[in-house]
Amino acid sequence: MTVRVQPEDFDCGAEISAIRRRDPRIGAIASFIGTVRDLNEGLGVATMTLEHYPGMTEKALASICEQARARWNLLETLVIHRVGTLRPTDQIVLVVAASAHRGEAFAACEFIMDYLKTEAPFWKKEATPQGERWVEARSADDEAAARWLDR
Amino acid sequence: MQVRILYFAGLRESLQAAGETVQLPAQVKSAGELRRWLVARGAPYAEALAAGRPVRMSVEQAMARPDTPLVDGAEVAFFPPVTGG
Repeated sequence: MTVRVQPEDFDCGAEISAIRRRDPRIGAIASFIGTVRDLNEGLGVATMTLEHYPGMTEKALASICEQARARWNLLETLVIHRVGTLRPTDQIVLVVAASAHRGEAFAACEFIMDYLKTEAPFWKKEATPQGERWVEARSADDEAAARWLDR
Repeated sequence: MQVRILYFAGLRESLQAAGETVQLPAQVKSAGELRRWLVARGAPYAEALAAGRPVRMSVEQAMARPDTPLVDGAEVAFFPPVTGG
């Protein structure tokens, strides 16, 4: 179980290869990559700066992965989240979940991402032609996380 | 009781402070009571942390609720709803 918060970019292929080679019990690897869009709420986005709460961020991400491992039979999880200033098309976040069979890997990957969106202390600030603005939390993200409570 | 308070993102900007260490009166024992105590200090806290505002709290780097107890020396943080990912 690995959690990394870093300004540097990441290589999804290299990360997945490393996970795959470490454990021959793995039969399914699901991954998700979030990237920076050039348009949000009707305004062009020149750059996006990610702030976080050092210390709590790592704990929150580790806790989310622990919750996923308590729900599903996972062989490995990886979360890499970037901080600092990013540009459209840049990668923001990588979530990887590995298991023996695909169902658990798919579900865990989505669960980790849904909880990351609502529980991990990151904040985005966008630079637009009309100045800088903090991105507002979306109620759809709360709803996505809440639906796991009934499962 | 003394606690270390941190502010993040838009709240840090509104308060023009990344953090502060405060000595609390005996009746302030929970995260919610700390928020009300800060609001009672007046501007800029009164507006930034007003009851209707979407403010999240953590105690000892774990998400907190208004009734989460404070302990001496605790690290408490106030921040807007998170927007990572």
